Amino acid sequence: MTVESVFPQLEALLPHVQKPIQYVGGELNSTVKPWDECDVRWALMYPDAYEVGLPNQGVMILYEVLNEREGVLAERTYSVWPDLEALMREHRVPQFTVDSHRPVRAFDVFGLSFSTELGYTNMLTALDLAGIPLNAADRTLDDPIVLAGGHAAFNPEPIADFIDCAVIGDGEQAVLEITEIIRAWKAEGRPGGREELLFRLAKTGGVYVPGFYDVEYLPDGRIGRVVPNKSGVPWRVSKHTVMDLDEWPYPKQPLVPLAETVHERMSVEIFRGCTRGCRFCQAGMITRPVRERTITGIGEMVDRGLKATGFEEVGLLSLSSADHSEIGDIAKGLADRYEEDKIGLSLPSTRVDAFNIDLANELTRNGRRSGLTFAPEGGSERIRKVINKMVSEEDLIRTVATAYGNGWRQVKLYFMCGLPTETDEDVLQIADMATKVIAKGREVSRSNDIRCTVSIGGFVPKPHTPFQWAPQLSAEETDARLEKLRDKIRGDKKYGRSIGFRYHDGKPGIVEGLLSRGDRRVGAVIRAVYEDGGRFDGWREHFSYDRWMECAGKTLPEFGLDVDWYTTRERSYEEVLPWDHLDSGLDKDWLWEDWQDALDETEVEDCRWTPCFDCGVCPQMDTQIQIGPTGKKLLPLAVKNAAPAPSPVGHTH
Amino acid sequence: MQRIRLRYTKRGRLRFTSHRDFQRAFERALRRAEVPMAYSAGFTPHPKVSYANAAPTGTGSEAEYLEIQLTEVREPATLRELLDESLPDGLDVVDAVEARTSGLADRLQASVWEIRLDGVRHEQAERAVAAFLAAETVEVERRTKNGLRTFDARAAVAQLEALAPTADRPGEGACAILRLVVRHGTPAVRPDDVLSGLRATADLAPPVPAAVTRLAQGLLDEETGTVTDPLAPDREAVMAAPTTAARTDLHPASPRGTAAPAPEGSA
Repeated sequence: MTVESVFPQLEALLPHVQKPIQYVGGELNSTVKPWDECDVRWALMYPDAYEVGLPNQGVMILYEVLNEREGVLAERTYSVWPDLEALMREHRVPQFTVDSHRPVRAFDVFGLSFSTELGYTNMLTALDLAGIPLNAADRTLDDPIVLAGGHAAFNPEPIADFIDCAVIGDGEQAVLEITEIIRAWKAEGRPGGREELLFRLAKTGGVYVPGFYDVEYLPDGRIGRVVPNKSGVPWRVSKHTVMDLDEWPYPKQPLVPLAETVHERMSVEIFRGCTRGCRFCQAGMITRPVRERTITGIGEMVDRGLKATGFEEVGLLSLSSADHSEIGDIAKGLADRYEEDKIGLSLPSTRVDAFNIDLANELTRNGRRSGLTFAPEGGSERIRKVINKMVSEEDLIRTVATAYGNGWRQVKLYFMCGLPTETDEDVLQIADMATKVIAKGREVSRSNDIRCTVSIGGFVPKPHTPFQWAPQLSAEETDARLEKLRDKIRGDKKYGRSIGFRYHDGKPGIVEGLLSRGDRRVGAVIRAVYEDGGRFDGWREHFSYDRWMECAGKTLPEFGLDVDWYTTRERSYEEVLPWDHLDSGLDKDWLWEDWQDALDETEVEDCRWTPCFDCGVCPQMDTQIQIGPTGKKLLPLAVKNAAPAPSPVGHTH
Repeated sequence: MQRIRLRYTKRGRLRFTSHRDFQRAFERALRRAEVPMAYSAGFTPHPKVSYANAAPTGTGSEAEYLEIQLTEVREPATLRELLDESLPDGLDVVDAVEARTSGLADRLQASVWEIRLDGVRHEQAERAVAAFLAAETVEVERRTKNGLRTFDARAAVAQLEALAPTADRPGEGACAILRLVVRHGTPAVRPDDVLSGLRATADLAPPVPAAVTRLAQGLLDEETGTVTDPLAPDREAVMAAPTTAARTDLHPASPRGTAAPAPEGSA
């Protein structure tokens, strides 16, 4: 049955909304496949505004992986801004995909990628606009399977009521396995309805179906245990790991939006995973082990991607890009190759060491040197030991000296406030560090025209990390500490004017904390906030702390709980955590030991260069570290170097 | 240094592309098509592209113009094809000619617009048009960055007519089509200003937003209300002195009989 496009109805609304281009699709490299020739259809959503969602690598990768398959189609949908939402409700236009403007409810799967918990209310808006019942239990065969992925899905319990299933880990292979299960079930005439399909998915051990698990609570509110309520459903659900990144060179044809978006560059993920072991970092913990893309694989992706997009910048992405075993050759090779083409190269997420200045110099040798960013994360040597961010103050000063000496004029330093065991003193030392940075900068550059910007936000303890047991600092204490730091920086007559201070107040962090470490009972809060009008919680102008607290105050007392219970309460070793039945591969006892090491200010090395520390991931997931060097070099492209002899006019490429 | 003038469209759903959006898309298309662009000097060099008189966001267009500067000579027709392939469907490059004259912008004196009014009967539209044309001045308001502005929408209108309803499909309901010729000037009078004028003079209030398309831009013949192709003078100049082609003849080795590259430094 062909599903009609809702574009004619939508089109009449577009002249009345801001930036209508974000709703029309038609981006370069987007794909529209014939509906009737496909038997498994995915609607993929990044639950935020188009300008944030479009560049998301995860969605872009899955969109291509699925659309490359015969008989499978994937289309994209994003959160609509409140101006269009109101018009869509008034004129009964449902949540649509931007590719063909088909109603989301007509698809087999509605897959949402959650980078952050702050997208949960946007999911409810989309479900409601789509005409899909908010509660999974109320859905029928006419509704898609609502599937959550992304880092936040490692604890999907707060949205357990609203999703049918969740997948944790890498999505490339998982979406194809799920597609095959759906295809078979549909071909058989959908036996047993939704329940049977979800059961087939759950049985694989790689798809979490919250409805097949009962949560039992203790009288004090903690979880007693989480039990499968159906025979054949595994006790724990495993994460997915793609082992050979070179076999998955996606996105091959990155989407090029017409609307302006937050990242407009050709991004290549140069490796996945990180074993630096920063204890606050959920991404580093849940994406283990480290798997590098080879230098030649990177070179091919960049070449093909630039040709397909016309982007003028290449981003080499990963959790700590300078850690690639051949990063020097990659940076130099790409800089050589694109020297003539005015292609900028960027290397986000770099660590504090002098080697990275060399890299940064290489990457910017044709362009301007404005700012360098480093993330010491903690202000004092002591707190950096607690969080296992192994960088000394001497390292930092030496690094910035090199940077200022090489013509850089601005250094940005990122920190967190509210780390476990932190005191005012730990945070106030940030001001001392910034002062020393400026002093050193003035000395080596012989100029007063240099800046250091301190950027700081509240720490939120995350599931599957050694800090998952830690108490979160309250919003009031966070704000008080940040104020003291601000006063200290502003009060510095000699250096204060050269130090920029940017901070995020503690309130959004508390809501993020509630959602990060929440359990199924938090679902009631999310629903109440949505019904009260909560949308776009990641946007300062839309986020309302008071609304969240009010809604939590109305819903949580029923369970004898409050927001503090979820956020500022320290957990004990014995406590069953809401996400314990989701297996990230990390051994819970190892995490606990690492938590104890943190309290003892004991550091742990990186297993890439030292023996294994038994975090559990490799044996549990049957994976291993995959790093170079391959010893290969990035060969310049023949076409580029043949350039000086002008080619005949009118040749085609 | 070669300059090439292009006509491009904003069709279908891509009419919602803003001018800024188009600029970014076009610069990327230049890269994908590997056009040997000239760059501005300075801290952040930009490819040399001059845009003229872009249509407002949300209105379609068959006649947008721009000019690019190249460091090497290219055959305009081939360049047009390459650029067209490098842009999304709907942003189509439909004409290209080497610039041989000055003042393309000066030749864009007027625009021809087609305004489709769904849910409006032809007779209704005719009456409104008559009332509008009969008025000496038609004051309209428009919200601009600097607040509400009031100006005359009548004087700039060279021609306005309700076309005979041939396009109406049976069972599709009423649909009136207006053809509007507007002189460019200050303040710029746009189709939506004329629609405001029709509302003010004749109470014409379309139930759904009008579908507006620019059909042409160019020199205005005041007598007939026709607008002529602004690229015609360049085309004629090329016909009269096809230097690019002449150079080809001097280089018989050139494989496709097309233009040979400019010698280095000739720009």
